[in-house]
Amino acid sequence: MLDLAYTDPAPKRISGATGDWELVIGLEVHAQVASKAKLFSGASTRFGAEPNSNVAFVDAAMPGMLPVINEFCIEQAVRTGLGLKAAINLRSAFDRKNYFYPDLPQGYQISQLYHPLVGEGEVLVDMEPGVARRVRIERIHVEQDAGKSIHDMDPNMSFVDLNRTGVALMEIVSRPDIRGPEEAAAYVVKLRQIMRYLGTCDGNMQNGNLRADVNVSVCRPGDYERYQATGDHSVLGTRCEIKNMNSMRFIQQAIEYEARRQIAILEDDGSVDQETRLFDPDRGETRTMRSKEEAHDYRYFPCPDLLPLEIEQDWVDAIRDNLPELPDAKKARFVLEFGLSEYDASVLTADVESAAFFEQVAEGRDGKMAANWVINELFGRLKKDDLDITASPVSPAQIGGIVDLIGKGDISGKIAKGLFEIVYTEGGEPAQIVEARGMRQVTDTGAIEAAVDAVIAANPAQVEKAQANPKLAGWFVGQVMKATGGKANPKAVNEIVSARLGL
Amino acid sequence: MGELTTLTIAEARDRLRAGDVSAVELTEACLAEIEAAGALNAFSVTTAEIARHRAEQADDRLRTDADAPAMCGIPIGIKDLFCTRGVASQAASRILDGFRPEYESTVTQKLHDAGAVMLGKLNMDEFAMGSSNETSTYGPVVNPWRAEGSNKDLTPGGSSGGSASAVAADLCLAATGTDTGGSIRQPAAFTGIVGLKPTYGRCSRWGIVAFASSLDQAGPMTKTVRDAAIMFGAMAGHDPKDSTSADMAVPDFEAALAGDIRGKTIGLPREYRMDGMPAEIDKLWSEGAEMLRDAGAKTVDISLPHTRYALPAYYVIAPAEASSNLARYDGVRYGFRAKLEKGDGITEMYERTRAQGFGPEVQRRVMIGTYVLSAGFYDAYYRRAQRVRTLIKRDFEEAFATGVDAILTPSTPSAAFGIGDMADADPVQMYLNDVFTVTVNLAGLPGISVPAGTDASGLPLGLQLIGRPWDEAGLLNTAQVLEQAAGFVSKPAKWW
Repeated sequence: MLDLAYTDPAPKRISGATGDWELVIGLEVHAQVASKAKLFSGASTRFGAEPNSNVAFVDAAMPGMLPVINEFCIEQAVRTGLGLKAAINLRSAFDRKNYFYPDLPQGYQISQLYHPLVGEGEVLVDMEPGVARRVRIERIHVEQDAGKSIHDMDPNMSFVDLNRTGVALMEIVSRPDIRGPEEAAAYVVKLRQIMRYLGTCDGNMQNGNLRADVNVSVCRPGDYERYQATGDHSVLGTRCEIKNMNSMRFIQQAIEYEARRQIAILEDDGSVDQETRLFDPDRGETRTMRSKEEAHDYRYFPCPDLLPLEIEQDWVDAIRDNLPELPDAKKARFVLEFGLSEYDASVLTADVESAAFFEQVAEGRDGKMAANWVINELFGRLKKDDLDITASPVSPAQIGGIVDLIGKGDISGKIAKGLFEIVYTEGGEPAQIVEARGMRQVTDTGAIEAAVDAVIAANPAQVEKAQANPKLAGWFVGQVMKATGGKANPKAVNEIVSARLGL
Repeated sequence: MGELTTLTIAEARDRLRAGDVSAVELTEACLAEIEAAGALNAFSVTTAEIARHRAEQADDRLRTDADAPAMCGIPIGIKDLFCTRGVASQAASRILDGFRPEYESTVTQKLHDAGAVMLGKLNMDEFAMGSSNETSTYGPVVNPWRAEGSNKDLTPGGSSGGSASAVAADLCLAATGTDTGGSIRQPAAFTGIVGLKPTYGRCSRWGIVAFASSLDQAGPMTKTVRDAAIMFGAMAGHDPKDSTSADMAVPDFEAALAGDIRGKTIGLPREYRMDGMPAEIDKLWSEGAEMLRDAGAKTVDISLPHTRYALPAYYVIAPAEASSNLARYDGVRYGFRAKLEKGDGITEMYERTRAQGFGPEVQRRVMIGTYVLSAGFYDAYYRRAQRVRTLIKRDFEEAFATGVDAILTPSTPSAAFGIGDMADADPVQMYLNDVFTVTVNLAGLPGISVPAGTDASGLPLGLQLIGRPWDEAGLLNTAQVLEQAAGFVSKPAKWW
């Protein structure tokens, strides 16, 4: 794989009354496995179905019902692990996490505490060109989601929707390697990007298909380096966990607020209590959900309904062999193969569809020009209409056609922009449009010479001025372009004007 | 028609095939016996309509299909732990009040497919937790046996007490049971019938209300070893719906009853000779060994050194799993929900529902299980118990590795005791009933209790044979030799 060189970003620092503080952040990201059926039942995972319509007997925890592992969900988790360069454990096991809640029909969640499916990996979190944070993944385990409790439909009753119950989740646990709110959001963005490339999670945060629990603590400059040298977590300060966030903006706000809250406590000679907190987006603050004393005792133990999960190395290798090209590799290739800037390569590889679109445009053409057209013209126009690349009214072939017309000198850049707008709104093959609407630029020097001569003859005073001050030659170019309806090749006009004026 | 219900499965099968008797006649005879046996309290539900309908279907099948399965037309009882579609399935617990599943357990479905006729659901200890069938929400089951010269009601053992009583009293030809720590074998021994606990994974657990998932196994409770072989064949088999079910071929168990055990080696574990064990149990055990020697087997003393840790380990592991398995009974979706007062929330609903819906023994085990899994105690209890379990399994593996084909032990440390006798005793006294049987569940092995004699007051006693994993065929063969040598033919005198 091609690789680009990166430097670490500077950790975020917050100045307090007693000096500077740094942030230490670790994330647990819950990603819903893209799969038609649930982790342990054949029930559908379709979003937006009638409440309690995607529920198998085992999801509702009917007596005597047993879970059976959905192999596809395991394959997706393995694929995700491989995409995060992680170790795959050929033997893993499921455990029960016991607690009571109405949207948890079994009274336990089947998860993987002791022996997760995926071990240590790594994610490169891009911050700006040439700057990226390497975030270590501690583990990924597979577990079932809970259902949904609805408390605001009736003053006296709560309702439960079990459609989500038993849907497969991957819990991706990072090491405390993230050093600021922006890095945290960028980390989630990068995970989402990789999983979308892999097709293992659609990353839709609004539907709750990607949620994050954020662990935050603060420490003094130098403490983190001590942790790195010794592995001693205690120097990183007491952490609080902020639960269940489903937007990049909230993640950043919550971390920012939480860090300042902890700093205020510490600078007031207090101590931070290890606890679970919730972020209130309306007030922009975090508040206690439960203290360490109130923490659940989940009474984890191996799930006796499921045998340990044993997978074959050959199977893992086959999945690895069929992995798509992932964002880092694609970006590096775009830089090296097409000569793009790292920034442009990042923009184009943000999602698989954009990258594929670009590659079709760039095929057999100048890569930089293709990138310019895709990023500046197409993406700009799509953004104006709030459209996704997959909904683009313009095809790669059409953009390629426009680029080709520019390359051949048939149209000027300016005309090309007009042409793009026509293709975008009306459709059609660019060359045919140019032909049909007479948009081809005039490269016939005879015609241009005639036009130049006519303008010079009509404006003797301007000729004198221009000969005294060559900068004024541009006026003649403008007049010629006007006279030719903008179709004259600007380069040719420039040259002929200069020659005729004797400049 | 009374005598029809005393038939064995094998006899009934032969007569059904010969056309001497119909499934409907057999079924009607059983229904009449059940009707008259209210005093035993063996059935919690009688499904007469279903039984008659299935009997008619069985008769049709017997008429048209020369290869109808052996179980076709055989009237049986089903332990209430099995979910049966549209029929109350409550695990003898109040918390499942009114629960009628929309699905059928794999084992009862297989029996249904083989043509067996379900007569009804059999009483049991609540959630299969108990050794005397006194913890049922339906009230205790009474053993058809009484001590000579006594009118005292005895327990049939548990938890499959209804199954044992019903078979022993000829209310049905056979019954399903489940065995987590001895719940098939102990009641079989207490009532003079045969009870087989198969290798873990042989019968699907799908649709059986879970007690302790890593120990629970369904098995047949029958009048003879041959019947156990026949019925077991219809119950066993791989089920993709149960991940712990084994993908193994099911042999013809009845055909394996060759009656020849010459050259077989029978192990006699010295650790099963317990302090304070009644002399008559010890004597029966020795006689059993003698019978097997007479039949040409060799007996050897073996050691299963970790036996003494089995009961404590069992009473950590089983409650731990139960505490989690029973968490689903919360009053939210089905079954019993306690009445709530205005202002009560979800916590009150859980607490009242579970306090009122579960009986004391179930609550005790849920509490024990919750405790042994809790933070700070997990390693000391659950993890240690699992280590013990591994050692017990290894004990058996080492014994079998020395060439032992089966192991002979007593089934229970005593004959049936009186209803209420243990009411004031330490619960651990009741747990001691499982002392000879729990090792088998912990090791996942097949075990069978065979009626082998009586105690001084004429109550039945059983001997247990423990087999190699998946060797139920060999185990049944040895069991039948023992059964025939013991010649136990007594029946309880009908008083009900």
